[in-house]
Amino acid sequence: MATLNSNVPPGPLAEKWSNHKFNNKLVNPANKRKYEVIVVGAGLAGASAAASLSELGYRVKCIVFHDSPRRAHSIAAQGGINAAKNYQNDGDSVYRLFYDTIKGGDYRAREANVHRLAEVSANIIDQCVAQGVPFAREYGGLLANRSFGGAQVSRTFYARGQTGQQLLLGAYSALSKQVGAGAVELVTQHEMVDLVVIDGHAKGVITRDLVTGEFHRHSGDAVVLATGGYGNVFNLSTYARGSNATAIWRAYKRGACFANPCYTQIHPTCIPVSGDYQSKLTLMSESLRNDGRIWVPKNASDCKKNPNDIPEEDRDYYLERIYPSFGNLAPRDVSSRAAMRMCDEGRGVGESGLGVYLDFADAIQRYGHQAAARANLTNPPAEQILALGEAAVRERYGNLFDIYKEITDEDAYKQPMRIYPAVHYTMGGLWVDYNLMSNLPGLFVLGEANFSDHGANRLGASALMQGLSDGYFVLPNTINGYLAGQKPNNKPSTDAPEFVEAEERSADVVRRLMSVKGKEPVNHYHKRLGLIMWKRCGMARTREGLQKGIEEIQALREEFWAGVNVPGSAENMNQALERANRVADFMELGELMCRDALAREESCGGHFREEYQYPDGECLRDDEKFAHVAAWEYQGEGVEPLRNVEPLDYEFVKMSMRSYK
Amino acid sequence: MAADTHSTTTPRKNISVTLQIWRQAAADKPGHFVEYKATNCNPNMSFLEMLDVVNDDLEKRGEDPIAFAHDCREGICGTCSLVIDGKPHGPHEGIASCQTYMRSFEDGAVITVEPYRAKPFPVIKDLITDRSAFDKIQQAGGFISIRTGAAQDANALPIPKQDADLAMDAAACIGCGACVAACKNAAAMLFVSAKVSQFALLPQGQPERDTRVLNMVAKMDELGFGNCTNQYECSAACPKLISHDFIGRMNRDYIAATFRAACKDKPAASTGGA
Repeated sequence: MATLNSNVPPGPLAEKWSNHKFNNKLVNPANKRKYEVIVVGAGLAGASAAASLSELGYRVKCIVFHDSPRRAHSIAAQGGINAAKNYQNDGDSVYRLFYDTIKGGDYRAREANVHRLAEVSANIIDQCVAQGVPFAREYGGLLANRSFGGAQVSRTFYARGQTGQQLLLGAYSALSKQVGAGAVELVTQHEMVDLVVIDGHAKGVITRDLVTGEFHRHSGDAVVLATGGYGNVFNLSTYARGSNATAIWRAYKRGACFANPCYTQIHPTCIPVSGDYQSKLTLMSESLRNDGRIWVPKNASDCKKNPNDIPEEDRDYYLERIYPSFGNLAPRDVSSRAAMRMCDEGRGVGESGLGVYLDFADAIQRYGHQAAARANLTNPPAEQILALGEAAVRERYGNLFDIYKEITDEDAYKQPMRIYPAVHYTMGGLWVDYNLMSNLPGLFVLGEANFSDHGANRLGASALMQGLSDGYFVLPNTINGYLAGQKPNNKPSTDAPEFVEAEERSADVVRRLMSVKGKEPVNHYHKRLGLIMWKRCGMARTREGLQKGIEEIQALREEFWAGVNVPGSAENMNQALERANRVADFMELGELMCRDALAREESCGGHFREEYQYPDGECLRDDEKFAHVAAWEYQGEGVEPLRNVEPLDYEFVKMSMRSYK
Repeated sequence: MAADTHSTTTPRKNISVTLQIWRQAAADKPGHFVEYKATNCNPNMSFLEMLDVVNDDLEKRGEDPIAFAHDCREGICGTCSLVIDGKPHGPHEGIASCQTYMRSFEDGAVITVEPYRAKPFPVIKDLITDRSAFDKIQQAGGFISIRTGAAQDANALPIPKQDADLAMDAAACIGCGACVAACKNAAAMLFVSAKVSQFALLPQGQPERDTRVLNMVAKMDELGFGNCTNQYECSAACPKLISHDFIGRMNRDYIAATFRAACKDKPAASTGGA
C-alpha cells in the first residue's frame, strides 16, 4: 500500500510556505548544474517550470509531443487569470482568494496547497507583465480587471479573449530564451510512453519519436510531468484533439497514485454536437449568461419548430423557474444538470435533441430601448429598437456571436443560440504532496496533470493561475528538497535494465496495436468509449449506471484489441498509431474514473451522484465518510486497483454546505 | 465577418466533393496528388472533420491515412496548416484551416489540398511540414531577458492603453506560418515583425530593443526565409489578420539599430540572444 504523506508543514496557514521554503534543503549554485531534470510538457506549467529551473542552474530537458512548445492547449483558455492583487480596492485578499477556491472546490482540496496558490498569485501577474504579456489596461495605464464566477470581487486579469494564449507565449518566450542560451535541451514531437523507476525513484522516461517511430531513453535526476488533463476520455470535449493521458497513465502503471479521477468539470455553455462526425466542442463564454435567458419548449411537440414561432406562454425558462434567486446565473454544475434533465424529458432542441436555447431577444429589446432613450428618440419604430439593441449586444459579445455563426451557420441576433454542456477540465490527476511530488520519489506533477488545488470543482480563471504558480514559483522552491538528497552527477545510465525493460514494454504495446489488423478505425472505439463515459460517468451518475459502465468499458476494450485496424508502419510518422496508443490508455482510465465515482458515495462539486442530493438538486456531501482524497494504486493487469485515502483535515476553514443562493 | 447577413432555419443539403490531396511518404520521397471522394458531407462539418471521415474510411480498409497537422480545432494553437485551393487556410479571410466549414464549398466541387510550400518548412509527411525554424527565430531574441522572481509590482509600470492594445494586436500571432506559405519569396517578415513590434511597443522591451531586432532578422535570413517585396499576401492570408504595418515598424527599428550598433562602443552588447 502506498504511503501518502501530504508533507504539509506545521504552523499557521499564512506562514507555512515561507517556513517551508526556509526549512527545505537547498542545492548550492555550483552543484545545480550537476543535476538534470526532465520536464514533460510545455504548456503553462511545463514551460514555466523548464524555464525557471534552468534559470536556477539545473540542466533541463523539455520534451513535448507537439511540433513546437507554443502549441499546448493552455493556449485556448479565454477568460483570464485570478490574482489577489486587490487593485480594485474591493476587499480582495490572499485569504479571500484562498477561501473562494476552497469553497468553490466543495471542500475537497488541501488547505495548505490552496493558500500557497493564493499567496503566489500576485507574483504571477508581476512576472508576466515583466515578460511583456499585453494584459488589458485602463486609460490611466494600469491593469484592468473583471469578475468571474464564484467570486464577489474583480480579481481576474485578461488579455482580450486570449488570456491563455498570451500567458503561454510569455512562458514560451522564457523557455525560448533558455533554449537559445543552450541551457534547456528541447525535444519536440516525442511522446512520453513510459516512466522509468529505479530503486523506487523516478529516474527517466521513454519517448517515441512521432516522426521516425524510434524509441528513446532519457535519464535524469528527477522527472516532472506537466502533461495536462484527461478530458478526452469522453472523446467529445473542449480539449484539443491531441490532449491525452498517456504520460500520467503510464506513470500510474509504474506506481504513482491517481487521485480523484472522477472529478470532471462540465461546462454548461458549449455549442451542441451537430453530428456523429464531430471531433470537438467549442465553448461559449459563461459571460453570455449575464444577458441571455435559457429556455426549452414547454411541450415536447414544439421542439422541432422554429423557436421564434413558439409563443412566450409555451416556453419554459427553467433556470429562472427552478432557481429563482440565481436564475440564469446558477452555478456551472447546477446549470449543466438542469439542461440535461430538460433534454431527458424530451424537450431538448436542435437536430439531435441535445440542446437548450440561450436567447438574447429580451436583452436586445432592453438595450434597444435604453439606447433610444439616451438618444431622445420618441416612439422609434420597432426595427430601429432592434438595430440599436443588436448593436449594443454586438459590442459586448460580438466575437462570440461570430464564432457561433461560423460553427453553426446560425445568426444568434435573429434566433436563440443552442447550447449544451460539455467536458472541459479534469480536477483529478496524479496524487502529489505539498512539494508537488508524487508518492514515487523524484516524480513531480504540475498543472492540470496533478489533483492538488481545485478539489471537486474548479472556479473560472483558476486553471491558468495554478499552472503558472506550480511552474514559476512552487516547483523551483520544492524540487531542491528532493535533489539535495540525491548524489550529484549520478543520473543512471540509459543501459540500466529498467530502461531496457521500459522501452521493451512500450514497444510491445505498439507491436500489439499494429498486429491486430481488424476492421474498424481507432475513432470508432474512441467515439463509443466517449458515449459510455458521457452516459455513465457524466453529469449525473448512479450506482447502477457506473457498474454497467465498468462492464461496458471492459467489453469495449476487448473489442478494441480484437478489432482495431492501425494501418501503415510503426517506423515513421503514423497518426493512426498515435491515436490508437492514446485511446488504449483512455479505455483503462475510463474504467478507473467509473470505479472512483462508484466508490465515492456522496455528491460534491462536479461529481454528482443522483442518490445523494438535497430536495432542490444541490450536492449532498458526506463529510464524515468522504472528506478525503481517494488515491488509486495500480495492482497489475486485470486486478482491481487499491483505493488509498488521504484524509482532508480542515484546520482553518469550517466545512459547510456550499450555497450560492 | 458580417454576423447579420442571413438567418437560417432551412437546413442545407449534404454535399459531395472530390479532393486532390498531396501525398508524400517522407521528406526525401517524391510526392504526388491522389484523388479521394468525400460523399454526403453535412455542411456544418468542419473541413478537418471531413478529412477525419475520409481517414476513418482509409483506416478501415487498411490504407495509410492522410497525415495533417491539427490540435485545438478552434483557431488558436496554430498547428493546422492546409493550403486549400491554393490559399493557406482556405477560402475565407481571418480564420485558420480548422475553422473552415464544408458549407463554404459547392456540391460537386473539386478541392486541392497541399502542404505549405516554402524551403524553410520542409515536408515531413503528406500535408505536414516542419516549422521549427520559427522556434529558432524566437530563441534568437523573441523574449525579454527577465528571470523568474525578479519582477517589480505589475502596476509600477503604467503603459498607455493604446500602446498595450497595439502590442496585443501584434501578439495575437499564432505562429502557424501561413504568412510564409502565402509569400512568393517565403518571407517570414510578418511573423518576425509581430514579435519585434510587440516588445518594441512596450517599455519592458526597450533595453534589448536593438539586439532583438538585429538577432531575429539575422536568424531569419540564416534559415533561408526570403525578402519582403511589399505585396502583403502575408497579412491577407493571416488567420489573425495581423497588419503588415508591423513590417514597416520592424524595418524602421532595424535600420536604427544597425546605425546605433555601428556607432556604439563595443562592450555595450546585450546578453540577450543565442
